Amino acid sequence: MTMDLSFSAEHLAFRREVREWIPGALPPHLAQKAKTGQGFSMDEVMEWHKILHRRGWVAPHWPTQYGGPGFDATRRFILSEELELAGAPTLSPFGLSMVGPLLMQFGNEAQKARFLPTILTGEEVWCQGYSEPNAGSDLASLMVRAEDDGAGNFIVNGQKTWTTYAQYADWIFCLVRTRIGEKKQQGISFLLIDMKTPGVSVRPNLTIGGTHAFCDTFFENAVVPQENVVGPLHGGWTVAKALLGHERTLIAAVGTSRRALAGVKALCRSVHTPSGALLDDPLMRAKIARLDVRLQALQMANYRALAGAELGRAPGPESSILKLVGSEILQQCFELAMEAIGHNGLSWFNEGVVPDEQQGIPSSFCYLRATTIYGGSNEIQKNIIAKWILGLPA
Amino acid sequence: MHFELSEEQRMLRQTVSNFVRKDSPVERFRKLRDGELGYDRGVWRKMAELGWLALPFAESIGGLGFPFVDVGLLLEQFGTTLVAEPYLASVVLAGKAIELAGTPEQAERWLAPMIAGETTLALAYQEAESGHAPERCDCVATRTADGFRLHGQKRWVLNGHAADWLVVSARLGGEIALFVVDPAASGVSRRSVQMIDFRRAAMLDLDNVVVAADQHLPAEDAAAVLEHVYDYGAAAAIAEGVGLMDAVLRMTVEYLKTREQFGQKIGAFQVLQHRAVEMFVECELTRSASIRALIRADDDPLLRRTAVSAAKAQLARGARWVTQQAIQLHGGIGITDEADVGLYLKRAVVLNTLFGDEDYHLVRFASLPTFAAERPDQPV
Repeated sequence: MTMDLSFSAEHLAFRREVREWIPGALPPHLAQKAKTGQGFSMDEVMEWHKILHRRGWVAPHWPTQYGGPGFDATRRFILSEELELAGAPTLSPFGLSMVGPLLMQFGNEAQKARFLPTILTGEEVWCQGYSEPNAGSDLASLMVRAEDDGAGNFIVNGQKTWTTYAQYADWIFCLVRTRIGEKKQQGISFLLIDMKTPGVSVRPNLTIGGTHAFCDTFFENAVVPQENVVGPLHGGWTVAKALLGHERTLIAAVGTSRRALAGVKALCRSVHTPSGALLDDPLMRAKIARLDVRLQALQMANYRALAGAELGRAPGPESSILKLVGSEILQQCFELAMEAIGHNGLSWFNEGVVPDEQQGIPSSFCYLRATTIYGGSNEIQKNIIAKWILGLPA
Repeated sequence: MHFELSEEQRMLRQTVSNFVRKDSPVERFRKLRDGELGYDRGVWRKMAELGWLALPFAESIGGLGFPFVDVGLLLEQFGTTLVAEPYLASVVLAGKAIELAGTPEQAERWLAPMIAGETTLALAYQEAESGHAPERCDCVATRTADGFRLHGQKRWVLNGHAADWLVVSARLGGEIALFVVDPAASGVSRRSVQMIDFRRAAMLDLDNVVVAADQHLPAEDAAAVLEHVYDYGAAAAIAEGVGLMDAVLRMTVEYLKTREQFGQKIGAFQVLQHRAVEMFVECELTRSASIRALIRADDDPLLRRTAVSAAKAQLARGARWVTQQAIQLHGGIGITDEADVGLYLKRAVVLNTLFGDEDYHLVRFASLPTFAAERPDQPV
């Protein structure tokens, strides 16, 4: 078999199927927002979640026994890429991609039966309680306490932060301290908490993108049944770490960046300068080309990771750079978009002042500064690569 | 989507890897670099015996008919220890030009002896005014009663100082044409020059050189052949660059693990760790881009140009970053001739300059229809 850059006929047919399905499935008000690059509300995200669920595609990475379609890695990638290219709402990952797979790996039968079906249908929305005001990159320093009340419950006290979409969530999965261990990674447990529990309160924070994405979530003597611990008691760190290995081939968001960069080119075609379209300005064109070249190299790295995953291989060195590079490229796409629209980039949510397709750019440019911070900041990613791949001393 | 090496390819890579580690470490390059030739004709013959010089040529003309990916595998290994034999000049450039533009008789006459390791070849395309665009050619060919007459100058002809035959581009009635020239012919003068990477090239003067009719390579579109060969050269430089970058990263990480300051290995300092990771990122991106360029090197022109230009621009950025940071991380020792890392920086300069620099390829990339496509879903 020689090296080959094309997808199999079967996978190409699947790509066509997805591509032809999306325009009819995406409701007009969502399609309009996709076209103009505006953010989706949580209601709209969940509306799309339910449409994908009816089609059987909401959880492409879930095995059939839990209601997933049992797709191979390439199908998952293609579906994700096509949805990104279409600008469809990005689904909330906390249930589908985070707590769901962890429940499959570490949960008991009762937990799986209780939680997995409603994650799939979208009836219950999840958020993530990892970070705390004093435990960010140094996550193992977390201090939210869960104390045994001797009656089968934990009494939870403390504060979680960056709990994205907690204001809409029915459940939160948390890392809590159940014991003081010798090392700070010990004595942490992975605990599921009903957001309606008395003593749980949420305070949304306005982001620099002008949206309410992040929240602080407070726990004041919240009573949580001990049966809600997933995996071994005091062994939550292992559970949390397992998440890092999941779905690395999707983390680069190449489809999102390709759509964003195509958007930059379209903008530059529509913006006129004294010497013609901005896209024909040599300096602008060179900047776009430079980013495009890097994006295409990243896309190839992603394909290599995908081909490896398809063969059941453990992620190779190429997959460790996907988040690092993908997050920077997405930011750079919006830096170029801001440059392309010039003074229109000064407009902050004014109706009818700038063309529709430019409306969302300033907000996205600001909010996407988060890509190099969330999911393990890029500095943490570099620490990991330095240690585990380059073998540099601690 | 398939990037696994075949059994045959794995064996090829293993053989070449054994050769570079055991028979051609950097010390061999250090011994060769001061000589007038700059490489070893015995090693060239050895490469012929191993079949390496036959890799990319059709079986009908004595080649092995392997895809260009295999040439990339070989050159990547060469890049790790700076193997100096003129594979790029003789096999990839002049060899492919003769194969693509010449007749079977011409292949028999000039390719067969080269494949056998008896001769080496060179491609003379670069001129003082041609910049990075080989189609900018002022060298002129005129028809005579029984052949042609060539007049003009060529610059930086790789292996031009030693080649047994020179493939020369010239304008014939306004169109690009290719000729095979005997360097001993009357009117040919060549001056051997040393390049920044201690390899040698020739400055070539052609003063009304008489060329027989059968020394003209009669391609229908010689300009297209020249452009394709230039892209082969770029893909070869990219592959060699990937090996070079990997070697530089390895030696730098090794240095970080052994050098001590302030009572600890300097590799424990986070600022240096992160720099090393940024070097690693460029290595992986360039490797990824290189795989695509090698696969597309034999493909249709649009896919080929897109892939090669994208990869060559990435190589420029990546190899520059990796070699320069490698010297920085080595500190003062990195500035000495004694440390190998400087030799790699110099080779990277050559690879980045040949076959189109970063700007040339960014401009070409941005001028292709794939760049301006409305939808972002074209094939890679």
